[in-house]
Amino acid sequence: MRVTRASNAARIAAVLGLIGLVVLALGPYWAGRADMRLMSEIFLYLALASLWNLMAGYAGLVSVGQQAFVGFGGYMLFALTIFGGLSPVVAIGGAAVLGALIAVPVAVLIFRLRGAYFAIGTWVMAEVFRLTFAQVSSLGGGSGSSLPVNIVRSMANGRAAREALSYWLALGIAVVVIAAVYLFLRSRQGLALTAIRDNELAAGSLGIDIWRTKFVVYIVTAGLTSMVGALIFLQKLRISPDAAFSVNDWTAFVIFIVVIGGIGTLEGPIIGTLIFFALRETLADLGSVYLLILGAVAIVIMLKAPKGVWGLIRARYDLELFPLSYRVHTDKKEG
Amino acid sequence: MTAILQLDGLSKAFGAITVADDLTYDLAAGEALGIIGPNGAGKTTMFNLITGTLPSDGGRILFQGQDVTRHAAAKRCRAGMARSFQVPQPFSGLSVFENAMIAATQAAGLRGRVAEGKCLEVLEQTALLDKANKTAGSLTLLDRKRLELTRALCANPKLLMLDEIAGGLTEAECVSLIQTIKDIHATGVSIIWIEHVVHALLAVVDRLIVIDFGRKIAEGEPAAIMASPEVQEIYLGIEADA
Repeated sequence: MRVTRASNAARIAAVLGLIGLVVLALGPYWAGRADMRLMSEIFLYLALASLWNLMAGYAGLVSVGQQAFVGFGGYMLFALTIFGGLSPVVAIGGAAVLGALIAVPVAVLIFRLRGAYFAIGTWVMAEVFRLTFAQVSSLGGGSGSSLPVNIVRSMANGRAAREALSYWLALGIAVVVIAAVYLFLRSRQGLALTAIRDNELAAGSLGIDIWRTKFVVYIVTAGLTSMVGALIFLQKLRISPDAAFSVNDWTAFVIFIVVIGGIGTLEGPIIGTLIFFALRETLADLGSVYLLILGAVAIVIMLKAPKGVWGLIRARYDLELFPLSYRVHTDKKEG
Repeated sequence: MTAILQLDGLSKAFGAITVADDLTYDLAAGEALGIIGPNGAGKTTMFNLITGTLPSDGGRILFQGQDVTRHAAAKRCRAGMARSFQVPQPFSGLSVFENAMIAATQAAGLRGRVAEGKCLEVLEQTALLDKANKTAGSLTLLDRKRLELTRALCANPKLLMLDEIAGGLTEAECVSLIQTIKDIHATGVSIIWIEHVVHALLAVVDRLIVIDFGRKIAEGEPAAIMASPEVQEIYLGIEADA
């Protein structure tokens, strides 16, 4: 009798994934400037989607206020570089730590709410963040501010080198986030989290501290989301409260990605991100019709495939690219 | 023998309805106690109070000499209490094996191969091994009840609390279930077992408590309890003075 976790499909996926990663890492040597910008954006959305999925799909914390941490991270990048004199790369790490810290009092407050009330609570929190940062006149108040040229220049010599660094940071953060989510879910804590997702009553009776597990997920997600936010605004070079705390850009699109890809799976956000950008790049010229189509796609998927595109694939082929589940093999001969 | 579990005046009411009324008894370490009583008597509620799924209104619960009345369910479980639910509560999206693994890793604190080994051993004992890879949500009611027992056993409990796990079994299955529970009891695990299948209960337990309207109405040696006219009237609906 044996217990295994990795399937053949997962091994093949791992090899292909590594090859793909090497190709992507060499991006600055083969991709044009516009392609690199687009790919960076894809990486950052992939990171945001994976984080939202961990929180909503596994911990059951449906937040519509993650823009609070994207914007907070962006503002921390500006504050730490302009006032703190840190280099942008160090400031990204600093934004992650500060994002996790600010999430502690936020979590203590909003964890008193459940379900739809929790969702609304997170949104209110994000608005509080937006209004607060609009009051900080040294960061441009309501109209925002730009990252000073000398700070941008301090990143690397020359525009090409800066763009390559920025691309690698985006790719790196996507890899770090997906690896972190994967390793977390594979761990003992991850097993506890999936148990909570399926049945809180039974989870509590089997020794799982539900509040603490969700709290840890919320804090880690907030920290990493802030890190992504810092990087997003390092690429934009300009920040304003409305752009930083946009519910559309940082939460609505992210929810769309996770839902159409397949919530509660690691593969879902990856597929969802690819679908979202494929739609956006082909339909963006249509103006607001593009948003109507996105909405229609979301409705059809929710009705016809509530577990998303990856849910369909998994149900049909029993595939799992990230080996999280256990398989018991009973040898036919008596052992 | 020292008591593993002590209930002292445990009470609970939902509005005007009293579901636990001054419950007081001790369970000795290694003892097997049976609980009987009519439907709605408050047997499962008593389990919910002991395990912490439901907060009590009054009274104290001592587990291994320690007051756990205010402890959360998870903490009591890690201290060594494990239960099965009368209405099965599987982790539906996970496989049978993963359900067991959650108990082994979270409740018993086992890790890696040790946890896997424990799960395989228990699954073999509860006859679920050939369904180990099936999704828990796809199991029949009977197998879900087996899964409840499996999880409780994987938690490596000092006190095992079983809530109606024999109902619906065939005679042969019932015999093997009794043997399984006897084996567990023989390793020194204390047991409280709520069961309507009285002959299964009597094959295992050392003592019997009868509960009705949230109150303990009789307690003692199983055969004597079953024979008492008071119990026959309340539990079996036979008139005492007939």
